[in-house]
Amino acid sequence: MNDWIDAAIALVVLGNLSLLGTSRLVACIRILALQGLLLGLLPLFFHADDLTLRVVLQVTASTISKGIVFPWLLTRAVRGADERREVAPVVGYTPSLLIGGALLGLALWLGGRLPLPGDAESEFLVAVALNTTMVGLFLIIARRMAITQVLGYLAMENGITTFGLVFAEREPLLVEMGIFLDAFMAVFVMGLMVYNINREFRHLDTERLSNLTD
Amino acid sequence: MIVALVLLPLTAGALAFFLRSDGLRRGLLVATALAHSGLTVAAWLRRPLAELGGWLELDDLELLILAVTSLLFLVAAVYAVGYLRREGRDQREDYTEGFLFVNAPEATFTGCLLLFLGAMTLVIGAQHFGLMWVAVEGTTLASAPLIHFHRHHRSLEAAWKYLVICSVGIAIALLGNFFLVVATSALDDQLGGLTVRALAEHAGQLDPTWLRAAFLLLLVGYGTKMGLAPLHTWLPDAHSEAPSVVSALLSGALLNCAFLAILRLHGVCVAAGQAAFSANLLVGFGLVSMGFAAVFIVGQRDYKRMLAYSSVEHMGIAALGVGLGGAAGFGALLHVVNHSLTKGMLFLIAGNVLAAYRTRSSAEVTGLLRALPASGLLWLAGFLAVTGSPPFGPFLSEFTILRGGLAAQRPVIAVVYLVLLLLVFVGMAMIVPGMAHGETNVARRREPWLAVVPPACLGIGVLILGVYVPRPLADAITRALGALGLS
Repeated sequence: MNDWIDAAIALVVLGNLSLLGTSRLVACIRILALQGLLLGLLPLFFHADDLTLRVVLQVTASTISKGIVFPWLLTRAVRGADERREVAPVVGYTPSLLIGGALLGLALWLGGRLPLPGDAESEFLVAVALNTTMVGLFLIIARRMAITQVLGYLAMENGITTFGLVFAEREPLLVEMGIFLDAFMAVFVMGLMVYNINREFRHLDTERLSNLTD
Repeated sequence: MIVALVLLPLTAGALAFFLRSDGLRRGLLVATALAHSGLTVAAWLRRPLAELGGWLELDDLELLILAVTSLLFLVAAVYAVGYLRREGRDQREDYTEGFLFVNAPEATFTGCLLLFLGAMTLVIGAQHFGLMWVAVEGTTLASAPLIHFHRHHRSLEAAWKYLVICSVGIAIALLGNFFLVVATSALDDQLGGLTVRALAEHAGQLDPTWLRAAFLLLLVGYGTKMGLAPLHTWLPDAHSEAPSVVSALLSGALLNCAFLAILRLHGVCVAAGQAAFSANLLVGFGLVSMGFAAVFIVGQRDYKRMLAYSSVEHMGIAALGVGLGGAAGFGALLHVVNHSLTKGMLFLIAGNVLAAYRTRSSAEVTGLLRALPASGLLWLAGFLAVTGSPPFGPFLSEFTILRGGLAAQRPVIAVVYLVLLLLVFVGMAMIVPGMAHGETNVARRREPWLAVVPPACLGIGVLILGVYVPRPLADAITRALGALGLS
């Protein structure tokens, strides 16, 4: 069982790095979808002994939305917007990758500093959840288009939800509300806004959203 | 009772989306605000029992923030009636760039305004950290369309920034909540829910490392919403583009709600013996916020942005005061009340100025006292109040924080605090009096009472609080500090 977890974690970390180094939007969306699936299924391995219907339902909701529904919607948005299909980085790909390496180191260090009380079969999981969150945050800052900011937000969400599904099971309602509000509502409202931005500016470049300065 | 307080605006908000008559909808807005205030007064007179198994409860701190929120909403609702009458449905010309735009439907505006009040009330009443998080997220979702009321590219930009930055903050706060759950691992099933009360009771058994990490994440997450620098960047844009009624509510009511969420976990940290850690973080963020605000207020050319940065400053002052503790804690909670009333008044007046002068540039506004005598007078009074000059309320609370800082043997912090206050005073003194005095070619006009009386009421409140702090208010603040373990 542990081998599977380790393999999945390694894939997620690789996914994080390739998110930073990929130029094509559609490729980014696919990586995120794969990550959403992998991270969404992880809790099944962790709760293998005490699997409840509730956990199964949470995992299903999270996996279907992050692995299938959002990627499909985002791909449509990218294809619908008649524009360059590249991510328009503010920070170039090579520096992004270097920063990604640094973030991975930071996440591992933090994961080591925050030992989990109780069972320790998951020494890397805290680190990988933190790493995914950080990469998402970095993508929001370092990519220009409104839609890539939504992608970054989704990556962040992937990390946070995984942490919640695995470690915060004792407050199931909190986890469910997290999945529902953050993933569904926020992404839905953001999607509406992306649509508005697209209509107003005829493209999705947030760099043009820069009239408001001091 | 608490459930009614939350459900009333939510139901009215949902109803507002479907009402077709403008008059009826405006009536509904004011009636709901009145009913909400009535319920709040009733809650002050007779403390309601905890509901939903302790998930909803109004204690002294909650009642304090609830009263401020409800009062401000009532004033804003009355003002909004006049504002919406002025706005109309036609295409209008943008002040700064001259293009044409339309407003969002009035039903959406009123509906979101009421939903926003419902979400804020839920933040205040919620004692469960998860429920509180849900409510804070709700405030973001309900208020983003309010910022995009004038449908043009600048307001869209402001709303997008608000949505993305606050969503990121809220996501970080969710991670903080999960950390908090991990911190309770040693307790197994004794805890019975992630409520403030339960956590404070079992504080000794919380894992200190995870609790600290949780506090840091919640401070950063909700701090984004509260406008603590350097996470405040959505605030100036949202405040300058949103209608003034919305700015008044964002600044006077929403920021307090986010602060309340941080205060609660600070109370848990104090009970868990981690007071030094969380208090120092609050002091640090407070001073940084004041510093950022001072830098951006000096030389600011847009008076609505100036007010927004002033909010960053005042939230910094409140965080600093709570971090210092003791008498400064009392000053901080009093300051929260003072700031809400003052800033609410100033934003509403800014709306009047904007409507008359059709510009947000402070250099192009002169002779306010001639063109709009009542608004001009209130604008000057508001300037004195917000910069902490006597005889207004903020002077008293800022002075109390200073005294508290000195009493807590933190002279360096007290001096830095004083210098930053002075800097902000100088910065605003270069802007505001110049707007009030001088000549103008804007014709003198009779000001509608709906545009003047609501802010004037807030102004009178600030003046009274500067002369005399009513007994029930002082007692409530003292008891609230006691409950947080800060007295």
